[in-house]
Amino acid sequence: MNRENRITWINRLLLPVLNVLTAFAVTAVVFWLIDVNPLEAAEILLYGAFGYEEGIGYTIYYTTNFIFTGLAVAVAFHAGLFNIGGEGQAYIGGLGAGLAIFMLDPTLGAWLFIPASIIGALLFGALWALIPAYLQAYRGSHIVITTIMFNFLAASLMVYLMVHVLREMGQMTPQSELFPTNAWMPFVHDVAAGMGYSIEASPLNLSVLLALVCAVAVWFFLWQTRWGYAIRATGKNSTAAVYGGIKPKRVIIVAMCISGALAGLVSINELVGYQHRLVMDFHLGYGFGGIAVALMGRNHPVGIIVAALLFGTLYQGGAELAFEMSGVSRDIVVVMQGLVILFCGALEYMYRPWLIRTLAPVTQQTSAAGVTV
Amino acid sequence: MTMKKFAIELTDIDKRFGAVHANNKVCLQVTEGNIHGIIGENGAGKSTLMSILYGFYQADAGQIDVLGNTYTFTDSHHAIAAGIGMVHQHFMLVENFTVLENVILGTEGGELLAHGLAAARKELTRLGEEYGLKVDLDATIDTLSVGLQQRVEILKALYKGAKILILDEPTGVLTPQETVELFRIFSALKQQGVTIMLITHKLREIMSITDQVSVMRAGQMVAHRNTCDTDREELAELMVGRKVLLSVDKGAANVRAPLMRVSRLTVVDSQGVERLKDVSFELRAGEVLGVAGVSGNGQTELLEALAGIIPITQGHIEVLGMEMDNKHPLTPDILRGLGLAHVPEDRHRMGLITDFSASESALLGYHTDANINSGVWLSKAKVDANCQQLMQAFDVRPADPQLKSANFSGGNQQKLILGREMERNPEVLLIGQPTRGVDIGAIEFIHQRIIAMRDAGKAVLLVSVELEEIMSVSDRIIVLCDGAISGRINAEDADERTLGMMMANALDPIDPLQAMNDAKSSSNRTVQELDL
Repeated sequence: MNRENRITWINRLLLPVLNVLTAFAVTAVVFWLIDVNPLEAAEILLYGAFGYEEGIGYTIYYTTNFIFTGLAVAVAFHAGLFNIGGEGQAYIGGLGAGLAIFMLDPTLGAWLFIPASIIGALLFGALWALIPAYLQAYRGSHIVITTIMFNFLAASLMVYLMVHVLREMGQMTPQSELFPTNAWMPFVHDVAAGMGYSIEASPLNLSVLLALVCAVAVWFFLWQTRWGYAIRATGKNSTAAVYGGIKPKRVIIVAMCISGALAGLVSINELVGYQHRLVMDFHLGYGFGGIAVALMGRNHPVGIIVAALLFGTLYQGGAELAFEMSGVSRDIVVVMQGLVILFCGALEYMYRPWLIRTLAPVTQQTSAAGVTV
Repeated sequence: MTMKKFAIELTDIDKRFGAVHANNKVCLQVTEGNIHGIIGENGAGKSTLMSILYGFYQADAGQIDVLGNTYTFTDSHHAIAAGIGMVHQHFMLVENFTVLENVILGTEGGELLAHGLAAARKELTRLGEEYGLKVDLDATIDTLSVGLQQRVEILKALYKGAKILILDEPTGVLTPQETVELFRIFSALKQQGVTIMLITHKLREIMSITDQVSVMRAGQMVAHRNTCDTDREELAELMVGRKVLLSVDKGAANVRAPLMRVSRLTVVDSQGVERLKDVSFELRAGEVLGVAGVSGNGQTELLEALAGIIPITQGHIEVLGMEMDNKHPLTPDILRGLGLAHVPEDRHRMGLITDFSASESALLGYHTDANINSGVWLSKAKVDANCQQLMQAFDVRPADPQLKSANFSGGNQQKLILGREMERNPEVLLIGQPTRGVDIGAIEFIHQRIIAMRDAGKAVLLVSVELEEIMSVSDRIIVLCDGAISGRINAEDADERTLGMMMANALDPIDPLQAMNDAKSSSNRTVQELDL
């Protein structure tokens, strides 16, 4: 294997794995400090995430959300944009899905409801990203600032709508009435039962397939179409992109709308797939988690699926851990997530110089030639 | 005049960046109290040398003496402590701070600002009076003109105790009037015993303001002259250098109808500086039109305006049956569709995307072509095949479409770009610096391809700072100086001396020196007599 290839593998595989292991090692120290046996904790966490059918269902259910938001961050990132508005876009996407369902006649079939809710989520998510995108492209307002402000705007707007407009009649809780059952994304356990398999009930629903389809679609779009080419060219070198006849302003708009639409799909999994009504704060944490997922997954759909699975595992296993161990609260999940983000994001390249020195040293030959063939 | 000691003495300074030998045993002596010019083309090593002198880089070898003491600078603070002040081409000012706040930045003198500010105000007022550097100390930087901002930079250096001022291309961003003011300040500084090093490639300024001049070329110091003993022609020759004229095999041009007509083209950049002034020419089918000039005189802007990358401020361009002007711009994709191809001057910044594979870089500008797109699908197989074919035709090595663009050598990157732009058989080809950093064999090949295009009845606009390239490849030559056309000549009538004269522009409409003398006679300011 030549040096270039080795460096590629160090970047793609070895670094993320080492970073995650470091995060786990530090987590173990944290456990030890609070008088929890790290090995026991790891066992409970893994059992909670993968030890039984319901646990697996929950893990994949959480993973689905992270795939959507991870892809959302990645698409924007390839255009050179840092979309940290996934939270707001997911939230408003939920509004879109809900409105689409409530506008249709409840007697209609699922074949109409489900596509309608998906389109609603896509449109509203995209719309919530379109405004910051426009401000970035044509007014020079920084996307990081505007998208984070739009998270707050989304939260306020939804509080207002849920309390004053969409609240179920005669109820105190700010949630809408139940979606008609036709509009529900089928649960995986129901589908399995229909095919004669019996598995434990869990929130896992067919949205996970939608997430996988999105991952493939994002890969296809970014690497196999002229629009994806334009997005990646703009992200890598906008001067060259302009030279190549690409219009960066348009690219910003397109990339952000796709990004927002993908984030909006979180609501399909959460609301259409599980809660079956519009609720408050269903999106919390997934938008920001998506940033870490995209970072860990190197903004590639395959990496994102793997990273999303890790985060899904932490979510589910961590919840189990808090339930099982008296000394551990649910906040431990946040600590673990934080450590993963710290080592995979902020300290991403900590081991890189060392790894490259030991595993792919510059030989006399390569340095002299400048090009390795 | 008594014998003066040297303000700066550099001995055998050597610096390499990888394969690039940026400074090759450079020696320089700058006499105290003189204005010393350093000229050379972009990439000649001037900036590297000054960065070494200012402690940004460390030399691999060599010795630095400042005012008689030997130093090793590892940080710009050391250089400042030794009495060196630098005014960068791009100002290092905090835009929303006042002049006073900017000046004391880094030398606040205590936790509370009040004391430092008061002291600085006193000192700056004194400096301002002594050197005629008048600036409103309480104005915020973003309200000041570029000329005044530069004055703040000079004040900043003097405030930190600079006895030697280095100015990197100080007039590049100035209007002629501001240039006159700057030169007046130089004279005042010189009178007070400050040594000034002026880095520029504008020969006219060198002739009008400096006492001595040193010429750099390709990392080496090639000549030192007393300004009064030299002339612009000699300096131009020294700067550009005489190389073996590469003979290009070409027959007579079969010139046909114009494909591009540029009328009174003016381009003003975002900072308000006029980069192109009233440029008019025709580009005809079957000819190579060379654009000569010392780099930085509007060539980049000319190429980019013709390619639709930067907006035209005034004038209009007729190209392949379409027109563009300020109100009706044509974008690069439309122009490509018309049959205009463009090889940009800077391949890393613009010509390719270094992180992309070669096949993806070979697609830049043509990613919407129908022959590689089927519906939404961008066929990777066709893209790779296209790149493979192009690599074969233009002998790009290694011929691996999957290799990252950054991993090709400069010459091979250039051939990849040339291939991309030439293989689609455009009607008009704009080429900037086609052989920069390219080895001799490839140069010959590139020149042959350019001539082949011309013989096929295409129109080629060739921008190059290499005079012999311009002379051997072009049929007609226009010379750009300070954004305006300062000469037009047929290639067979051109020689380096004539072109050098045109590049130095003996016919400059605004002569800073003349304007300065006018200013002197019309006001009672004391301006020191300049050595000529």
